[in-house]
Amino acid sequence: MAVGFGRFWWEFLIGDTPELFVGVVAVLGLVGALCLDHALRTAAAVILPLLVGSLLAVSTWRAKRKGAAPSN
Amino acid sequence: MIGTVAHSGSLVLVAAVFLASAVEMVEALTIVLAVGVTRGWRSAIEGVAVALVALAALVIVVGPPLIRAVPLSTLRLVVGGLLLIFGLQWLRKAILRASGLKAKHDEDAIFAEQVAELSAAPPSSGRDATGFVVAFKGVFLEGLEVVVIVLTLGTTSHDLGLAAVAAGCAVVVVTVIGLILARQLSSVPENAMKMAVGLMLVSFGTFWSGEGIGVHWPGSDLAIPVLVACYAAVAWLLSTVLRGSPVSRARPVTQLGDVPRG
Repeated sequence: MAVGFGRFWWEFLIGDTPELFVGVVAVLGLVGALCLDHALRTAAAVILPLLVGSLLAVSTWRAKRKGAAPSN
Repeated sequence: MIGTVAHSGSLVLVAAVFLASAVEMVEALTIVLAVGVTRGWRSAIEGVAVALVALAALVIVVGPPLIRAVPLSTLRLVVGGLLLIFGLQWLRKAILRASGLKAKHDEDAIFAEQVAELSAAPPSSGRDATGFVVAFKGVFLEGLEVVVIVLTLGTTSHDLGLAAVAAGCAVVVVTVIGLILARQLSSVPENAMKMAVGLMLVSFGTFWSGEGIGVHWPGSDLAIPVLVACYAAVAWLLSTVLRGSPVSRARPVTQLGDVPRG
């Protein structure tokens, strides 16, 4: 039961895209640090979606390269 | 103005939960139909009913205590992060499928595979345990993702009831359409639905996690539809670029980064 529960969350959060998990944690940490300065809180509304969009682009690009690798 | 903002937020919430639930229920229905056809409808319906009760109990047991016990900013940060990760996974998969880099989900093939497996299992006397277990597992496992979406979207927007009703409506609609279409579930535009859900989950995830870490969103909740539009543009751009890439042209259908679910 516990193993199944752990496996569900592993698949749910990490699966075959660990870069998305690590990327989201890093992006939120970075933008969270920016928001400590109150003057940057509105700018963060632009920076956060930009970083998330970039993360998506990197992950799909990684999938494309993985597909292009001779081993696949 | 406040009414309009709340209204647009609720609309996006309902749409996100409804579509996410519909996608997962299409996948579950494929399994249930296969069980019904091969092992009999009684065991299939019993498996579905028990799974739905278990899922509803999960929402009732976990949802309200989450809202009461966890501070809102913490809840929004954690839930927003979860939605971001989950939504990005869905969106990435939908983009890869739309650009031809990943094979599309073929419900007909899955149905045929399930029927073959279930037909091979020996018939049981009395209640059909095989049919019950397969139907239960199919609905419960697919439904777990719906429960996570209902809980995360419902608790952060403090509208757990609305999220649960939207999910319930999706179950009813997909069941009715599924029974009408019978075994032609492949005609459901699953990838387009998955793309829409991914966009909404990423948008909600960005908004709520941003709220949790102190981002000031101009226009408050009205930022959510703007985020949906921006991410849709990014997804369209990525699909277009990848569709024209050498790998996509040379190998239109591959099994990139497959995971067991969806």
